[in-house]
Amino acid sequence: MAATSLSKSLYARRRSTNFVAMLLAMGAAVFGLFWLFAILGTLFWNGFSAIDLAIFTQNTPAPGSAGGLANAIIGSLAMTLIATLVGTPIGIMAGTYLAEYGKKSVLASVIRFINDILLSAPSIIIGLFVYVIFVLQVGHFSGWAGSLALSFLVIPVVVRTSEDMLNLVPTGLREAAAALGAPRWKVVAFIAYKAARNGMITGVLLAIARISGETAPLLFTSLNNQFGGSGFFSFWSSDMNAPMANLPVAIFQMALSPYEDWQRLAWGGSLLITVAILALNIAARGLAALTSKGN
Amino acid sequence: MNAELASLATGQPSNVDAALSAKIDIRNLNFFYDKFHALKDINLKLQTGKVTAFIGPSGCGKSTLLRVLNRIYDLYPKLRAEGEVLFDGENILAPGQDLNLLRARIGMVFQKPTPFPMSIYDNVAFGIRLYEKLSKLELDGRIEAALRRAALWDEVKDKLHQSGLGLSGGQQQRLCIARSVAVKPEVILLDEPCSALDPISTAKIEELIDELKQDYTIAIVTHNMQQAARTSDYTAFMYLGQLIEFSPTQQVFTNPREKRTQDYITGRFG
Repeated sequence: MAATSLSKSLYARRRSTNFVAMLLAMGAAVFGLFWLFAILGTLFWNGFSAIDLAIFTQNTPAPGSAGGLANAIIGSLAMTLIATLVGTPIGIMAGTYLAEYGKKSVLASVIRFINDILLSAPSIIIGLFVYVIFVLQVGHFSGWAGSLALSFLVIPVVVRTSEDMLNLVPTGLREAAAALGAPRWKVVAFIAYKAARNGMITGVLLAIARISGETAPLLFTSLNNQFGGSGFFSFWSSDMNAPMANLPVAIFQMALSPYEDWQRLAWGGSLLITVAILALNIAARGLAALTSKGN
Repeated sequence: MNAELASLATGQPSNVDAALSAKIDIRNLNFFYDKFHALKDINLKLQTGKVTAFIGPSGCGKSTLLRVLNRIYDLYPKLRAEGEVLFDGENILAPGQDLNLLRARIGMVFQKPTPFPMSIYDNVAFGIRLYEKLSKLELDGRIEAALRRAALWDEVKDKLHQSGLGLSGGQQQRLCIARSVAVKPEVILLDEPCSALDPISTAKIEELIDELKQDYTIAIVTHNMQQAARTSDYTAFMYLGQLIEFSPTQQVFTNPREKRTQDYITGRFG
């Protein structure tokens, strides 16, 4: 019966609709990818020639003299590291509360809602906020202020991924541990964390990838420091109490400058950040793939 | 019908030797999922060293009953039990019970295998380490004994430090049984332990149940009537949250007192 009532015209129409839809979808994909590769291509084309040993060993120069981005690289690494060290434990603890304890309670719902707002808040607002509560109080820009602003960006990302990953841990696993007589905190610490570990690390890596390219929050907090600071590694402006050089702001200032050698350094710095973020994303994907294989 | 229930109110299965002692004595147990009344006036005794099977159609409350006995339902809000469950004479539903210690004494194996994401060795060691401090040598011995008990030792002795997730479904379930046995509980609750397994693994686990009842009091929920008949000493038939019949297994399957029991075991409903 089904065979005889098969409508040839209906089938033909669906095939042609399918063909048109496929064409549009592929066109959209090609359009998106074209610009992505155009950006990456330009970046490599212009940035690659700027990368030499000096970029890693010398500080940002005055216009017209030789130099590198060493102080900005060190500054970025230091502030990213501190922001991650501060933001990760807070984020994981909050995510654990939401997934394991708060669940659907009013408090948890409120925290989740606020965290979602924080997650999508423009980073320049975070920068202004830290400017008001920290920079204005202390009276000057500093590496600490920059780290603080970046850690405010890390926290919501880690809260969200920790909660999501813990929610993916099967209830049966928690029940099985509880059925052996394990107290709640041991179930969380030894079973749930273990099962969610790779996903949570992925979340932290993505948070690092996000903050390592942030410019806006640093403009109001660490600003920039073209010269070495006064600390032990004074050569690299390693004093967290002083304004601190960093790649995004250095790129921002150099790219807007009229000096050609500065612009060249800005291209080099952009390439460095892009490659670093790419590496972090690949690492995160690799970990996620490991998890899905059940390791 | 009411007279039937009244005769059940003593909780004693008919024709049971009075000399047997009850490890768990359930009295007037009612259970609620928020407003849903899931268990209605259950009276039942689990005899020491015997296997009691719970059968009945889906949703009849047999798993719920099992989950009351180690109070695992307590992990979730809005669930509530009323009545008494006496475990060695002590009411485990009374306030102030240490649930973690209770669960260490009443082990549970679930429907789906639940190996922890760690090595086979650590899976078994996890429960032991919760309440005992053992030397490496003692711990090794306990783990080997538990794995032997669960008829898994020969298959895993060379890969104790590989992930438990790499085992087959049947092996994983036996690992879970080993894990429960390792903490030396007094009662083992099995919640449809074979429903996700192939026939060979099922046969192995049924053999195991026979072995284990020498040392443990066992309660098993099953959808498989043959399994209940093969493995248990007593069978409880439940329907819509009520205990319909509770008798020695042989009697339930050859000469049930209740028509509904007969209808169910002959496949007329459920």
